[in-house]
Amino acid sequence: MSDTLLEARELHAYYGASHILHGVNFRVERGETIGLLGRNGMGKTTLIRSMLGLVSQRDGEVLVRGSLMTRAAPHLIARQGIAYVPEGRGIFPNLSVRENLVMAARAGVDGHYHWTYERILATFPRLAERLDNGGWQLSGGEQQMLTIGRALLTNPDLLLLDEATEGLAPLIRREIWKIIQHIQATGITTVIVDKNHSAILDISDRIVVLNKGQVAFEANSADARNQPGLLHRYLGV
Amino acid sequence: MDLVTFLIQLLNGLQYGLLLFLVASGLTLIFGIMGIINLAHGSFYMIGAYLAFSLSTLTGNLFTAILLGIVLSAVLGIILEWLLISRLYHRDHLEQVLLTYGLILIFEALRSILVGDDVHSIAIPAILNHSIPLTDTLSYPVYRIFISMVCLILAGLMYGVIQRTRLGMMIRAGASNREMVQSLGINIQLVYRLVFAMGFTLAAFAGMLAAPISSVYPGMGDQVLIICFVVVVIGGIGSVWGALVAALLIGLVDTFSKVFFPELAGITVYLLMAMVLLWRPEGLFRMT
Ligand SMILES: Nc1ncnc2c1ncn2[C@@H]1O[C@H](COP(=O)(O)OP(=O)(O)OP(=O)(O)O)[C@@H](O)[C@H]1O
Ligand SMILES: [Mg+2]
Repeated sequence: MSDTLLEARELHAYYGASHILHGVNFRVERGETIGLLGRNGMGKTTLIRSMLGLVSQRDGEVLVRGSLMTRAAPHLIARQGIAYVPEGRGIFPNLSVRENLVMAARAGVDGHYHWTYERILATFPRLAERLDNGGWQLSGGEQQMLTIGRALLTNPDLLLLDEATEGLAPLIRREIWKIIQHIQATGITTVIVDKNHSAILDISDRIVVLNKGQVAFEANSADARNQPGLLHRYLGV
Repeated sequence: MDLVTFLIQLLNGLQYGLLLFLVASGLTLIFGIMGIINLAHGSFYMIGAYLAFSLSTLTGNLFTAILLGIVLSAVLGIILEWLLISRLYHRDHLEQVLLTYGLILIFEALRSILVGDDVHSIAIPAILNHSIPLTDTLSYPVYRIFISMVCLILAGLMYGVIQRTRLGMMIRAGASNREMVQSLGINIQLVYRLVFAMGFTLAAFAGMLAAPISSVYPGMGDQVLIICFVVVVIGGIGSVWGALVAALLIGLVDTFSKVFFPELAGITVYLLMAMVLLWRPEGLFRMT
């Protein structure tokens, strides 16, 4: 079995007439943590959504665990052990917290149940207190925890986190970063998009920088940390 | 009006309302959750009634006919969603209305070819063909009570499925964020297919139940379709409980207005709709 969990080859994506991704090559190997960086509107979200089958106008190839799944339905890609925490969260406001979690639970690709309902509640005690609340009643931080918890309940091998800390108070941000580190430590492969570049450099093995729908720069996080000028050039920070 | 007459009308109104609920619940789910305006929903009711007629003529037993009819309707619903309705999800309401209106014409033409244009009646099965005496002269038919009971049981079952099962959670989640449901590895297409087939079967089943008391005639789905849209609008689009409340309300208003204001009977339900919309433009309840 291939150790590449997810791969984009020469991926192009379009929204109507606008050409957003221009031939992106992107690989996620099992066990690594990738920071996906780029200024606003450079195509990070579009890249993730295209690989997950959520953008219909595409050219190029998407491979999941080495098999070609460019035209596969999104649920089939997800069932290959890929979980997605979307930008702007994505809880179901009309379902209770419990229902949000329960409806998603399933075994991992090799049949394992590392993440059970009980373990999620132990990991996110705040959720345990609010099980009977409607999703719409949660604070931003709680919604984010619910989205992450729900993703983990699908027992994924790869977790894609798009702006998981955006719009949260600093204290809650720190809590979310701790949770991400905890998840990483359990051996789940992760791709993280975030505005906090130094946090990403600290936590990731590798970074990929997108610029105008193309990969502008790739490096080991350790190298990038030692050459702050590089990041400055591509990210303006 | 004396108490017994009132009671009879009350039971009639409830029975009519519950039957409407069976049809309208599917319509509101298909509209609210799948985003499809299904004008052919009344035809499903008509198909049910004609299935009851044809199959009971064939088998000689209404209950056997209904069982067979349920299976056939479910299969038809699945085929229809797979063949046509699934192509409408990403299209606008005009195209949905065109296709589903076309379906009404096709179903009516097929009915005419296969069964003809005559009005038919179906006998109430012998074991239910009794009346409960209320006074020396007035009595209430058992079959109508049977209809109400069956509808109540089905309403309870629907509540259970939608509120308590994982399928129900997926259905409700799909109404709020279809993409996210897919990203969790759930085949939303399949969920929609089940919802549509369930809506089809419920409407057809209502037609089968009603056939012995309303008889079976061409165009019988049209009237039901219009009233059911009124139910959906009053109850709130996508709300099954709204549909239940609104259907009962309409059943009672329609029945009693025929008694008290026979000259207005044709328009009271529309007046009711106008009043509710002035008061709550979104309908009585929010999406399920
Ligand atoms: N649904 C859409 N329709 C049309 N254009 C879109 C759509 N979504 C995104 N875009 C455009 O595609 C480009 C890339 O957007 P994308 O969301 O992928 O960027 P991003 O790197 O995730 O940005 P951000 O940091 O703001 O989240 C932007 O120019 C954006 O305006
Ligand atoms: Mg983005």
